[in-house]
Amino acid sequence: MKKDLVIIGGGPAGMAAAVAAHEAGVRDILILERDNALGGILRQCIHNGFGLHRFGEELTGPEYAYRYEKMVGELGIPYMLDTMVIEVSPDRVITAMNRENGIFTIEAGAVILAMGCRERPKGALNIAGHRPAGIFTAGTAQKFVNMKGYMPGKSVVILGSGDIGLIMARRMTLEGASVKAVCELMPYSGGLARNIEQCLNDFNIPLRLSHTVVNIHGRERLEGVTIARVDENRRPIKESEEYIPCDTLLLSCGLIPENELTKGAGITLDRVTGGASVNGERETAIEGIFACGNVLHVHDLVDYVSEESAIAGNAAAKYLQGKSNKEISVSLKTDGRVRYTVPQRLTEIANTSVYFRVADVYRDARIVVRDGDKVIISKKKQRLAPAEMEKVELTAEMISALSGGELSFSIEM
Amino acid sequence: MFEFAVIGAGVVGGMVARELTKYTSSVCILEKGSDVALGATRANSAIVHAGYDAAVGSLKARMNVRGSKMMAGVCRDLGVKYKNNGSLVVGFNDEDEQTLISLCERGKINGVDGVRVIYRDEILALEPNIGDEVTVALHAPTGAIVCPYELCMASVGNAMDNGATLRTSFEVKKIEKAEDGYKLSSDDDFILAKWVINCAGVYSDEVSAMAGDASFTVRPRRGEYMLLDREVGDHISHTVFRCPSKMGKGVLVTPTVDGNLLVGPTAEDIDDKEDTKTTAEGLAKVRAFASAQVARIDFSKVITSFTGLRATGSTGDFIINMPRPHFLNVAGIESPGLSSAPAIAEYVLSLLFDAGYEAEARADFNGTRRPMHFFSSLSVEEKNALIKERPEYAHVICRCETITEGEILDAIRTNPRPTDVDGIKRRTRASMGRCQGGFCTPYIIDLLAQEMGVDYTAVTKFGGNSYINFGKTK
Repeated sequence: MKKDLVIIGGGPAGMAAAVAAHEAGVRDILILERDNALGGILRQCIHNGFGLHRFGEELTGPEYAYRYEKMVGELGIPYMLDTMVIEVSPDRVITAMNRENGIFTIEAGAVILAMGCRERPKGALNIAGHRPAGIFTAGTAQKFVNMKGYMPGKSVVILGSGDIGLIMARRMTLEGASVKAVCELMPYSGGLARNIEQCLNDFNIPLRLSHTVVNIHGRERLEGVTIARVDENRRPIKESEEYIPCDTLLLSCGLIPENELTKGAGITLDRVTGGASVNGERETAIEGIFACGNVLHVHDLVDYVSEESAIAGNAAAKYLQGKSNKEISVSLKTDGRVRYTVPQRLTEIANTSVYFRVADVYRDARIVVRDGDKVIISKKKQRLAPAEMEKVELTAEMISALSGGELSFSIEM
Repeated sequence: MFEFAVIGAGVVGGMVARELTKYTSSVCILEKGSDVALGATRANSAIVHAGYDAAVGSLKARMNVRGSKMMAGVCRDLGVKYKNNGSLVVGFNDEDEQTLISLCERGKINGVDGVRVIYRDEILALEPNIGDEVTVALHAPTGAIVCPYELCMASVGNAMDNGATLRTSFEVKKIEKAEDGYKLSSDDDFILAKWVINCAGVYSDEVSAMAGDASFTVRPRRGEYMLLDREVGDHISHTVFRCPSKMGKGVLVTPTVDGNLLVGPTAEDIDDKEDTKTTAEGLAKVRAFASAQVARIDFSKVITSFTGLRATGSTGDFIINMPRPHFLNVAGIESPGLSSAPAIAEYVLSLLFDAGYEAEARADFNGTRRPMHFFSSLSVEEKNALIKERPEYAHVICRCETITEGEILDAIRTNPRPTDVDGIKRRTRASMGRCQGGFCTPYIIDLLAQEMGVDYTAVTKFGGNSYINFGKTK
């Protein structure tokens, strides 16, 4: 099989990229989706809060996904469901499998990687104790509750204050469970401020900052956890240990872009984002292979996933039409307080939004962008936090006026 | 009335039961857990020792060397993953060098092929990532790696295919002499057997005492491990041990047959025979030791940690004997128990024949079994032919390990049949990958519930009260 553009993943990123590429003139598109419907993880995110930026109204996850599914349908963009991509080669040959076609290959003119992310699993946390039933990632619990209609627990402790954990604290409470505490290793929350307010504070669920789970009790089903406060080096303080009886421990300790296919194609990953390193058009180190959405870097809001994916979709169209234009080579450097930027480099003179996250909570700080010693952007912020993605706009004028091959991003007090 | 009862469905019980079915189908395996391979077999180093370690003349030495030589053939017949990767025992100073030279001599006396002492340059050529301070090593080219629980499941399954019966959740509580044999009772059931073979792992002393022989004890020795992502599975190719010294035995760092990297174990004698918890101290120790033996291990790639209990007998050697007529102990099978298992099975049969058991080899015994992971070993054409017949082989359930619905259904329908999520995991690797079941567990429960004809909430993680879901949402 041959296709101009193959998009791997039919979640919000893949669908937005497909729509943008179609609007930019690409007609021979195929979306490959491993689940039995389009929509990706949004299908199980039945809470609201999606779409404020993109559509100017508050939608649930499935509603947001449906908006894009409708566009995909109306544009007649073909997709294959229950189709698992096994391999992407550097020369853009895709190997996939499904019930109808068995194992098959597609030669693609361009590829957009939109596989999303997965949760950091419990094993990675290396918590001491037994390994009973009743320990789930927040997303797995969300699938049980929202997709399957079953309750995986009645009394719950949540480790990690990532957004899915916060959402599940509320969800489990609404379903009649008692959520005893949300423990967060860091001195600040890993989730959005609005979720702390709406999912914890509104339900009187305590957020225990600088706390972690140090022991797991129970041999068959979980019976309780020991939590402890941690010192400034994140080491548990023995004297502060506290036993909380519970039958369920949910883990919300971060998301990891799902880049096995990317690595298989020979694309090296950015150590900080866990995704490919890309230029402003979201093109990876391999020409004609683009990446967008949570597979590139973990976003807080799906609205920005859509925005980024449209960039990738447009760029793939330009590439297929032979209009790609690599006129410059500028790398974006960070100071450590800025942990990463996406894109990591610029190859075109065009208005470009640069997204980034910071390493810690900073108050009354400035986001400063420098070309050598020359400050080209200085933006005052009351508060910057790791949980909230930031963005600065570089204009085509700024980029064409650059004196060197580097732009540095820093946070200054 | 069964001809044989085998108590304990670990790798030793499984191999013994399979050996018995070469002569009779009247074999009943009694297992207190909800599945096979739940004790020491589930959590150990997964290696086939070459045989230089055990004391000259000991049963351990004999069984280990013989077992190690049999292992490749047994694994081939049973379709179990096995790899002859060789092992290195590494040392750091002159004293270690002396120890390694004597280990090497011992190995030669025990009958281990190819052992020799090598030095840093040669070690580096074999293992570029060897620890910076390593100066000397014992190289044992016959060392190998194997999947222990797969070997157990395959041997129990093969015994069942040849007529053996498996009774899970049957904990032997009482052993009485009965006419022409023994009566073995659990809380609510019993079976009769002419011969009893005690392969009860850490509980084998208690089972032996039920039959009237309390001459030994078995203590669990706890060992903690960390398993790393397949991404770093090729960090080393040999199994790397530390030279035993005043500093202790160290840990081992080894690739697994599934391509992961395994480090551990600690060694701590405890009393609780179910205490498989991990500890922060234990895991820290594993990490420190491993880092001296092998350089640059990326511990951020740990996907799980676990604890195994080795059955350490009070005699210092394997305890394989017949203390009562028609009652055999196969006890204290600590390391190198996995390596020895095929030889132990063979030895048990020889003891039975010596004790008057008479039987002809069965003409209808089939000692081979389809590999559990046969699907992944097929060519694309073969896979596609199979998918045409059974499309569920194209439906991926476990994304991290690429395990399909077809493979999971096969596992559910193959002896010994799993009844819980962990049983599926050990048979297929589904949920064993980097996401540790985050995506696929809800679907695996679907398949188990559907195949067993039970409610979604009745499916457990590993039997007993390990329930996953409590009921419907509001």
